[in-house]
Amino acid sequence: MFKGLSRNDWLLLAGFSAFVLLMPIILQPIGAAYPALMQKICIFGIFAIGFNILFGLTGYLSFGHAAFLGVGSYAAVWSFKLFTMNIIPALLMALVFTTIFAVAIGYISLRRSGIYFSILTLAFAQMCYNLAYSVLTPLTNGETGLQLTLKDPRWIDAMFHEPGAGLPRATLFGIDTSGGGLGGFYLCAIALIVCFFFSVRIFRSPFGMMLRAIKSNQTRMRYTGFNTRPYLLAAFVISGAYAGLAGGLMAATDPLAGAERMQWTASGEVVLMTILGGVGTLVGPVIGAGVIKYFENIFSSFGDNTLHGVFGFLPDIIEQPLVSFLSLFVGEGWNLTLGVVFMLIVIFLPGGIMEGLRRIWSRLNRRHDGGEKIAVAQPQPAE
Amino acid sequence: MSFKVIDRRVFLRNTAILGAGLAAPMHFVRGAYAEDVSCNMPKGDTVTFGWSVPLTGPYADEGADELKAFQLAVKHLNGEGDGGMIPTMKPGALKGNGVLGKKVAQVHGDSQTKTDAARDNSKRMIERDGAIMISGGSSSAEAVAVQSLCQDMGVIHMSGLTHSNDTTGKDKKRYGFRHFFNAYQSGVALGPVIGEAYGKDRKAYHLTADYTWGWTQEESMKAATEAMGWQTVAAVRTPLGSADFSQYITPVLNSGADVLILNHYGKDMVNSLTQSVQFGLRDKEVNGKKFEIVVPLFSELMAQGAGDAVKGIYGTSNWDWKLDDEATKAFTKSFGQEYGAPPSQAAHTCYVQALLYADACERAGTFFAPAVIKALEGFEFDGLGNGSTLYRAEDHQCMKSCLVVRGKETPKDKYDLMEIVKVVPREVTTYDPSIFGGELGPSDAKQC
Repeated sequence: MFKGLSRNDWLLLAGFSAFVLLMPIILQPIGAAYPALMQKICIFGIFAIGFNILFGLTGYLSFGHAAFLGVGSYAAVWSFKLFTMNIIPALLMALVFTTIFAVAIGYISLRRSGIYFSILTLAFAQMCYNLAYSVLTPLTNGETGLQLTLKDPRWIDAMFHEPGAGLPRATLFGIDTSGGGLGGFYLCAIALIVCFFFSVRIFRSPFGMMLRAIKSNQTRMRYTGFNTRPYLLAAFVISGAYAGLAGGLMAATDPLAGAERMQWTASGEVVLMTILGGVGTLVGPVIGAGVIKYFENIFSSFGDNTLHGVFGFLPDIIEQPLVSFLSLFVGEGWNLTLGVVFMLIVIFLPGGIMEGLRRIWSRLNRRHDGGEKIAVAQPQPAE
Repeated sequence: MSFKVIDRRVFLRNTAILGAGLAAPMHFVRGAYAEDVSCNMPKGDTVTFGWSVPLTGPYADEGADELKAFQLAVKHLNGEGDGGMIPTMKPGALKGNGVLGKKVAQVHGDSQTKTDAARDNSKRMIERDGAIMISGGSSSAEAVAVQSLCQDMGVIHMSGLTHSNDTTGKDKKRYGFRHFFNAYQSGVALGPVIGEAYGKDRKAYHLTADYTWGWTQEESMKAATEAMGWQTVAAVRTPLGSADFSQYITPVLNSGADVLILNHYGKDMVNSLTQSVQFGLRDKEVNGKKFEIVVPLFSELMAQGAGDAVKGIYGTSNWDWKLDDEATKAFTKSFGQEYGAPPSQAAHTCYVQALLYADACERAGTFFAPAVIKALEGFEFDGLGNGSTLYRAEDHQCMKSCLVVRGKETPKDKYDLMEIVKVVPREVTTYDPSIFGGELGPSDAKQC
């Protein structure tokens, strides 16, 4: 499984791993180097990588991926409640349950393509959300969210040792992954690197080539004698399993599962992440996830005071209107900033942040080589 | 892969980078050696409090008012302004020079009325900003989620607006404290009053917000009303944050019920109450009696939102700015001077919680969380607007009087929308802490 990757791929993987593992240092200057946010960035990075395997390679836009995230979370929390606080069984449970879900939903939804596929997945996800929110309350605890309690049986743990006085933390053989600290972050970081590696493998494999062929012309594929549906279903299930793993990790770093992470806004968020970063690129979705999570957590905490601090050097006449204008875009208005950024990127850089980076790169190179054509993503219908 | 010959300089540089990278995690492993150190004990000359309040979502109005109250509390703790309720608090250890000589700093985040967002916020404030105490929240789901997070991280959580029995019942935590009253106390206070006003043979129909607060509110109201002979026709759950309640209100008309109990709060209550009135429920006669609507948990902010619809409607309240005691007057005056409007009950409970935490630190003489918890447990105080109050050690619930209120028929202005019908004394609202189960858990200090 380690063959077939070029030297560049290995360099990319090494660079990516180094960046992810050194996030506690790299993100320090922008105030994002605290475990909870870095965990979120890694987890949503995994989610977006998985989504990109489906959307980026096959062009099938699923609008219901948050359902898998939620199923993964609930499965993991139930494993904590019933069996053990070790995260390995929890993550396995999350993977198994989401795979089953993905096979079922994918089998039905993939009978249609384009907008009909999107609507079908959206409908399934909303159905799951409503089930979790109200119908299955005994299983999900509804809006309040499923939590650990002191009364949980935890059969496997109970066999080996007496339960402690307080609520136990999720662990990986003695290393705490929940309850703060960098343990949880390194778990997520390593999971992200492994997931990234698999995604590179898929992109470079003949299987990945098939998926790309489906995106460019499914009819021609059929005429040449390929049955495309098994490939699509495989891509859908893989991408669902990625989402399930992300959901399981969310529970492993914070053992609580709420229905709102299955809502359609959460499904929309991963679409935004992927498009913002760059559809069909390897690193793009992770960058998109990082940017959105950073905005959500850091921009939403800025208030007028922060702005006055930044623009304090300006004379009052300019500062006052500037701050009152900009304060629309921070704090509870962070969604507005995100919207503006998203619009700018979609209009001027249809290939996402990755296309921007590529343009800068080729401009730098052109200065040396003189006249290499800039690669520009062509807008494609049905994307 | 091929390797070029690396020269000494490059080798040295790369080794240095690699070394720094490997050593970096050590930097974050904080001192687990010292005793009497809990999460985020302040080191410099400031101590940071974190406010997690909803600025968007169905409880946004309450959240905005809570944030104002917190900012006012920080001012008063630092000795700015007129001191508000600090002088009236008895016994009070606060001197108006910060807490234990350290200036109080504050950070806040928007919890969006969602549990995931509330926990994200609180984690940011604890891990990045070094908050030693988290307070706020306008929803019981948030309070329950954040207080269990705080228990896990070893940071004290002073709940703001949370009225579910679970917060200090089934889901109570050693690190979580609640000043606000709960659904059970509402039921006990409101039951006799509406029984007297509407008679003993009524048929009630519940519409309930579908989460922990709504569930316990419905249960407590059922218990209180059925005890005096009412029947419950149906109890229907509605999703939190609905804008249109018509599909839930239409069945009420044909159900044979003659009282509608709205277990809603915030914008939900504003919508469901105005829509019920628009549907003509209050003009109807059922079973030969006038149809009535009851809103068990009421607030000034909601009354402003619902306008004329609140006139004559019974409910309960934790506190009201029109109360006639020194503490209430002092707080209302300084809040009014600062923001030009009287404080809501949400603002009051958050202000009081901030003061109570600061006072407990002063009395304990340290910020060490287990010592502060000890100082709060069983603390008997007065002069914070609710008369003599006990922070009960068994479940961290405040035992105090609460109010039965009614929407005023002829309000003087937009802040004078509710009249106090009855002040229900502490003896009546006190209950046995064991009826809800749950365990507080240990108070051992944690590093974070």
